[in-house]
Amino acid sequence: MSTAVITTDGLTKRFPRVTALDQLTVEVRPGVVGLVGANGAGKSTLIKILLGLAPATSGRGEVLGLDVATRGSEIRAQVGYMPEHDCLPPDVSATEFVVHMARMAGLPATAARERTADTLRHVGLYEERYRPMGGYSTGMKQRVKLAQALVHDPKLVLLDEPTNGLDPAGRDEMLGLIRRVHTDFGISVLVTTHLLGELERTCDHLVVIDGGKLLRSSSTASFTEATAVLAVEVGDFPEAHGPEDRSPEGRSPEGHGLEPGPAVRERLAAAGLSVQSEGSHQLLVRLADESTYDAIRDAVAGLGLGLVRLEQRRHRVAELFTDSQDTEQSRGGTNSAAAS
Amino acid sequence: MPLPPETRSADTGVIHDIGYRGYTGPRLGRSYATRALFTQSLRAAYGLGRSGKSKVLPMLVLGVVTVPAAIFVALAIVMKRDELPVEYAGYLSVLSLVVSVFLASQAPVLLSRDLRYQTVPLYFSRPITRTDYVRAKFGAMVCAQLLLMAAPLLVLYIGALLGGMDFGHNTGHFLYGLVAAVLYALVPTSVALVIAAATPRRGFGVAAIMGYLAVSAALGAAAVGISNPGTTGSDTAQWMSLISPTDLVESLVNELFGLGEGIDRRHAPGGLGLAVFALVAVAMVAGSYRLLLRRYRRV
Repeated sequence: MSTAVITTDGLTKRFPRVTALDQLTVEVRPGVVGLVGANGAGKSTLIKILLGLAPATSGRGEVLGLDVATRGSEIRAQVGYMPEHDCLPPDVSATEFVVHMARMAGLPATAARERTADTLRHVGLYEERYRPMGGYSTGMKQRVKLAQALVHDPKLVLLDEPTNGLDPAGRDEMLGLIRRVHTDFGISVLVTTHLLGELERTCDHLVVIDGGKLLRSSSTASFTEATAVLAVEVGDFPEAHGPEDRSPEGRSPEGHGLEPGPAVRERLAAAGLSVQSEGSHQLLVRLADESTYDAIRDAVAGLGLGLVRLEQRRHRVAELFTDSQDTEQSRGGTNSAAAS
Repeated sequence: MPLPPETRSADTGVIHDIGYRGYTGPRLGRSYATRALFTQSLRAAYGLGRSGKSKVLPMLVLGVVTVPAAIFVALAIVMKRDELPVEYAGYLSVLSLVVSVFLASQAPVLLSRDLRYQTVPLYFSRPITRTDYVRAKFGAMVCAQLLLMAAPLLVLYIGALLGGMDFGHNTGHFLYGLVAAVLYALVPTSVALVIAAATPRRGFGVAAIMGYLAVSAALGAAAVGISNPGTTGSDTAQWMSLISPTDLVESLVNELFGLGEGIDRRHAPGGLGLAVFALVAVAMVAGSYRLLLRRYRRV
C-alpha cells in the first residue's frame, strides 16, 4: 500500500434519479486536504462511502489501507468525523457528550475522560464545558463537534464544512485549529467546503469535484501557480496613422472597429490563448509558458498599440473554480469559437 | 508513556500546556461501544446524566409504583395477615397505566432525541453498526421498564418474607410476577419504540404512544365490561384484548398461571386463545424489532 490515506478507484454512486459520484479516482496523501465542490457536488456522498456507511454502486475505495466496502467498522474506529449539521443534544454538557462519544469509539471510561479534558482544552473550551450545550454560541458548538471527532486520537479526520455559520474571526480561528490538527497533532485532515478562499491558506492539497466528477487534484501551490495570469493594459489606437488606413467605415487596421482591449483579445484568442477582457483597455491572459509573453508582444505591436502595463497576477482558486466550471459547461454545449 | 515532568508538580497549582498527546491505550471494539450506549440510554431513561428537570418524571413514576407496594406490605404486617392483600402479577396490571406513562415519556427520550438533534449519524460514524444501535436502545428501554416493575415486586416479596408469610407460595407467585414484568417490559415497549423512532418530535412521540396504549386499553376494557361473562357466559369479548399490548400480557399471564378473579378478569380464552395470544405477543416484539432495524437502515 502507498502512503495515501484515502484512495478511490472509479468510485461511482448512483441514486435512482441522480449520479452522485461518477468514476471518481483520486488519491489523498497525509496532510490537510481540501475537498472542494459546490453544494450537491457529491462531497457528502463521498464521505458516507469512505466511512463505510453507504455502499458504492461500483468502483473501489480505501481509507488507511482498509477497504471501505468490507472493513467499515475498523475504518470508523480510526477516523474522526465532524458532520456539517448540528448534532449536539442541548441538555447535555460538552464534557459528558464528548466522554460518551469517546466511549462509543472504544475508549475505556477513564481514558475517555482524560482524552475529553485534553481535547476540549485543545479546541479552546474551558469552564463552559460543564454547562449544557443548548446555551453555546455557534463557535463553541463547532469546537465541540471538532473535539468529538478528535477525542479518540484518530489517524484521519473528515471535517464537513467546519466553518459554516461562523463569523470572520471565528472562521480564522477554526481554520487555524484545523491547521494545528495536522501540524501539532499529526492527524491527517480532509476538509470539505464550498468556499474556496479559506482553503488556500489552510490546505496543502486541493481536490475539486463537480457533479460527482473529479475536476482536479493537485497541491495548493501548483493550483495558484498554474493559474498565474498576466494583466495586460494597452494604450489607445494612434489617431494619426496615415489617411489611407482610415477606411470610410472608420475601420482601423485589423481592429474590426473594436476598442483596443477586445481587439488584442481577438488576436490572442486566435493564437490559442485563454483571455478575458476587463474593460476597454485591460486584459487577463492565462500564463501558459514563456511564449505567452511573445504572443502578447506580437499581438499588441501588430495592432500598433502601446503596451502600458504587463504584470503577473496570482489567480485566486475561487476564480479558477468558476473558470473551470465555465469551460465544463462550454465543453458540454456546442464549442463556441471564442468566449464572449 | 513517561509522564512529562510538569504533571508531577501538582502542589504548585499551575496549569502547564503540555501540548498534544496521542492515545496509545486500548481501543475496545463494537461490543464495548454497544454496551456503553446501552448503559448511557438506560441511565437517560431515568434522567441520570441529564438535567435535573428530566429526572422528575421517571423518579416520580418509580415512587408511585413502589410506595403502594410498601404500604400494602406494612398493612399486611400490622394486621397480622398471613397473605399479601394483592397478587404480584395483579399489582402490575393495576399499575399498568402508570407504567405506560413512563414508557410513553421515556421511549421518545431514547429515540426521538437522537433523531431530532441528529446525533444518529454521529453514532454511525463510530465503529457500531445500525443493528448495534437498535439493539442497545431496545435493550435499554426494556431494562428500564423491567427495573420499574421489578422494584415494587421485590418490595412485596421481601416484605412478605419479613412478615413471616408462606415462603413457597410467595416465591412461586413472585416468579409469576417476574414473568409478567418481563412480558410487560417486552410487548408494549417494542411497539412504543417503533412509534418513537417514527418521529423526531418528542411531544408527538409521547402523545402517540400514550394515545395508542390508553385508547386500546380502554376499548378492550369496554368490550370485556359490556359482554359480562357472568351474564352472557361468553369469552368472545376477551379476543378484544389482542389490540392492546398491556391487556394482551395481562390475559396471557392470567390464563397461564390461573391468576385473577372477578367478572372483569382478563384471560386468553382457552387453549386456542393461549396459543394465539402468545403468538401475537411474539409477533409484536419480533415485528417491532424488525421495523426498527428497517427504520435505521435509511438514516
